[in-house]
Amino acid sequence: MTTVSAAIKNSFDVQEVRRQFPVLQREVKGYPLVYLDNAATAQKPKAVIDALTDYYSGYNANIHRGIHTLAEEATAAFEATRDTLVQYINAPSREEVVFTRGTTEGINLVAQTWGRKNIGEGDEIIISSLEHHSNIVPWHMLCKEKGAVLKVIPIDSEGRLLIDEFERLLSKRTKLVSISHASNALGVINPVKKIITLAHAAGAVVMVDGAQSSVHLDIDVQDLDCDFFAFSAHKLYGPTGIGVLYGRRSLLEDMPPYQGGGEMIREVCFQTFSYNDLPYKFEAGTPNIADAIAFKAALDFTTQLGKDKIRQHENDLLAYATERLEQVQGLKILGRVEEKVSLVSFVIDKIHPQDLGILLDNRGIAVRTGHHCAQPLMNCFGVPGTTRASFAAYNTREEIDALMKGLERAVKILS
Amino acid sequence: MGTHPSIEEIEKEIVDEFSLFDAWDEKYEYIIDLGKKLPPLEEEFRKEENKVKGCQSTVWLVADYRDGKVFYKAESDAVIVKGLISMLIRVLSGQSPDDIVNTRLDFIRDIGMMTHLAQTRSNGLLSMVKQMKNYALAYKIKNAG
Repeated sequence: MTTVSAAIKNSFDVQEVRRQFPVLQREVKGYPLVYLDNAATAQKPKAVIDALTDYYSGYNANIHRGIHTLAEEATAAFEATRDTLVQYINAPSREEVVFTRGTTEGINLVAQTWGRKNIGEGDEIIISSLEHHSNIVPWHMLCKEKGAVLKVIPIDSEGRLLIDEFERLLSKRTKLVSISHASNALGVINPVKKIITLAHAAGAVVMVDGAQSSVHLDIDVQDLDCDFFAFSAHKLYGPTGIGVLYGRRSLLEDMPPYQGGGEMIREVCFQTFSYNDLPYKFEAGTPNIADAIAFKAALDFTTQLGKDKIRQHENDLLAYATERLEQVQGLKILGRVEEKVSLVSFVIDKIHPQDLGILLDNRGIAVRTGHHCAQPLMNCFGVPGTTRASFAAYNTREEIDALMKGLERAVKILS
Repeated sequence: MGTHPSIEEIEKEIVDEFSLFDAWDEKYEYIIDLGKKLPPLEEEFRKEENKVKGCQSTVWLVADYRDGKVFYKAESDAVIVKGLISMLIRVLSGQSPDDIVNTRLDFIRDIGMMTHLAQTRSNGLLSMVKQMKNYALAYKIKNAG
């Protein structure tokens, strides 16, 4: 056993991984870049950058209807990403995998189509205290329009969802539960499988916001049994502006289209029109072809490297960072739980996160400071914001050492 | 009042002070020092109507008009922003509404701090500069009327 696990560990060569990311070679303000803002967006490996330039310099064409060679090549590459995604999330079929601009659009699509059709006055939607604004505001808007009620699962002092409270919130009026798989602000992994089981038992549909989980965890939408699952490519080493919405076929078929235009129709005359089949019904207009194609390179990158190996590496970094940070006087980590994605969010007595962020940037260290688009959560903790360091496959223990050095210096100057 | 130096004169002083610093660290240590020394805003002024909201930090700003000049007092919850506020007050407080409205505050660019004005979502500084000018404009209009 030892030799096997040692072999797995040895086969993950972080320096080799780093060499695949051109941006990691640069300096910021005279220091080597230490990029610890991966939960906001991950850097892109050369394979992804190459896929973009290969498309534009080799076979740029509009997809699906062109009869010429370039259009065929572009269509094949575009649809190949969909097939890769089917495997990546274990979707039952490719028709249930819809391209979007990202997680936010996926959630809005569900709110504006499934939601507007199925939510009525007095109906209830349940979210949690941990949600990103993108999993709050679309439901706020829907509730306001329909006279529905938004309910919120509370958390404990470490950011764990109170499942008992969730069970109490569930009622006959609960139509939808929309929940993050992992919190962007704290890193806490939510027990979504349990939530889905409970919600389904109450007759509610469940949407999972996979923005933070899709890069770290193995995603199996059939095992989770979720009804919708949304995520973005850019947090997964892929391009910005492209993402995915998985939807259960029966629900997608019943949903009206999101936007009208080309691609989403079968027949159009001035009197009427009919929709195209899934998934094209939800993909009006020329899609983001280049980024969709390059998304496959990102998925292949993580799969080839091995998500389990990446996770092992990231968990090691998380444990190391947590251990080092806990030694800093006056520093408090928010979200100290067992099950976390690889990010650590903290506050330091009498030090504003923004000041810390600016001083760390002066040492080439990129962290995220502020409310992380989760103001209600920050209010729960009574802080204006936190400092968040989030780790990816290419980060190293040495970079955490640099963070600690930068942090100690910043604290000294600011205190 | 005596002869209060002009906006341009004070800007030049600040640019000269910053020319002594080679590294970013030194510039920021100086700004943090200014921030720490900025007198706290009296509690009575720290209210909602005086808030200039930023995405990450908050600024409170009050203005007063005496003898044809505008005087400012401000504070923030973040110390670097406080340091930048301190410089803005040094430059603008005690100037005429006309001069305040017309200045481009080039010193901010010259000392390499433009990034703090560009990051509109990150802090309230840009909103604060606008608000300082708005106060001056309001006094100017009131004067004319």
